[in-house]
Amino acid sequence: MRLFGLSFKVIKTLFTTQYAYMLEYRVEIALWALSGVLPFIMFSLWSQNDVGNSFGLNDIGLARYFLSAFLVRQFSVVWVVFSFEEDSLSGRLSPYLLQPLHPLLRYVSAHLAEQATRLPFAIVITIFFFLFNPSSFWIPSLSQLFLAYLATHLAFSIAFLLQSLVASLCFWTEKSSALERLIFVPYLFLSGLLVPLSAFPEKVLMFANFTPFPYLINFPAKILSGMPVDLLNGFFYQILWITILLPSVNTLWKLGVRRYTAMGA
Amino acid sequence: MKRYLKTIKLFWSTAFAAQLEYQLNFLIELLAMLGTLSGSIFILSLFFSDGRQLGDWSWEAALVIQGVYTFLDGLTNTLLRPNLTEIVNYVREGTLDYVLLKPIDSQFWLSIKKFSFAGIPEIILGLGIVFWSAIRTGINLSIYNTLAFFVSLFIGFVILYSIWFLIAASSIWFVKTWNATEVLRALLAAGRYPITAYPVILRFIFTLLLPVAFLTTFPAEAVLGELKFFIILFGLALSTFFFVLSRQFWIYALKHYTSASS
Repeated sequence: MRLFGLSFKVIKTLFTTQYAYMLEYRVEIALWALSGVLPFIMFSLWSQNDVGNSFGLNDIGLARYFLSAFLVRQFSVVWVVFSFEEDSLSGRLSPYLLQPLHPLLRYVSAHLAEQATRLPFAIVITIFFFLFNPSSFWIPSLSQLFLAYLATHLAFSIAFLLQSLVASLCFWTEKSSALERLIFVPYLFLSGLLVPLSAFPEKVLMFANFTPFPYLINFPAKILSGMPVDLLNGFFYQILWITILLPSVNTLWKLGVRRYTAMGA
Repeated sequence: MKRYLKTIKLFWSTAFAAQLEYQLNFLIELLAMLGTLSGSIFILSLFFSDGRQLGDWSWEAALVIQGVYTFLDGLTNTLLRPNLTEIVNYVREGTLDYVLLKPIDSQFWLSIKKFSFAGIPEIILGLGIVFWSAIRTGINLSIYNTLAFFVSLFIGFVILYSIWFLIAASSIWFVKTWNATEVLRALLAAGRYPITAYPVILRFIFTLLLPVAFLTTFPAEAVLGELKFFIILFGLALSTFFFVLSRQFWIYALKHYTSASS
């Protein structure tokens, strides 16, 4: 069986080495998990100020939404542009390019291994959240859990491809991570990390839906928290964005590699 | 003292020359800043839909807080982030040795060496928003209020610097602490909104444990003429405490510095 042209053995080796590597830095990953507290800060604000009703959400719904947003973010966080920039500037990319393995797939496996390492920390934070907000406790049904898992994975894929697009610009400029901010800013405000998108005025919502960002947090979080959601529409747009981004990354990457001059060589 | 001023001048002029090489960065920073600001003001406006208020703060008063936050964020981007995030690298690569050998205070060198000019528009814009919205609330801006505002801004900045430096200094033991500063940055984002808008437990945490209130809410109250005098005094004491702590901690940390690969 081969996946993306890789044999099962290669995939397994990639994951086990990356997982072992990530396990070495558990504290670091715990801190990364903690740095995602923003949805909780926003939750305390929205619920304290009784704004939830105007989103069509009561306090319990609001709590569930933000916990779900936190969890979705934990498992769709992407940092490929930063690793890639470092590898590219320090010349580590050269040996990677020589190997019969697409360098981006190496980063994919690193991200997935990191997600596996994050899982226990995410569970601990979830338990604490329920201790402070016991009334919001819920167990999603198996089908909800599965669909949310799928949507989160697709969200991760979109985020990864978006950032790879920026990372590919490393071939042209030394500071492509600065460009990442131009993706991060709209992501922050349009993804639903700070507020459920149902709170947006209609025109802003329409605009947001034309961007990939609502499908990164808002859509999976709604599934997980059990809010009414248009599944077909959501998955359709997620897949649409992937089909747009995948060939773009591929093309840009190929153009970039041709220009690659091996920093420091 | 004169020597230190001269050193700052030299540091920043070389920093300026180095950054001219990346002119596009200015544009990117500017775009990112404008995007962040309009996004935050949009989110803030959602709190005020249906004629609500945010923790007893009117719309204009809450905008003052956004202005203070923008100002501090600009200062963070020009000074704190470029300098303090480097400390981890110096420790990891062992180049801290060279810093320690220099005939100048190491904390000074580490805190002031770099200067990112791309953050300056944010500082100016932040101040602009503060005064523009303060005047729109209908208060008259007295000299006393303006003075109290700048004093409390200074207090806020010193507290922010000291906490950040404390965390960065702990890299002497833990080496990889730059994600600890990410946790700090995430928590500081709470400063975008008035402290009274938070639940009571968080209000307590954000005033005494992690003094976010001193960073944005109190300076905003100062310019609006609502800040009690004893809070300024308390802030002066608190910022002195944090600064001395960061200083002492750095001296203590250096005793444990063993350099890399030796």
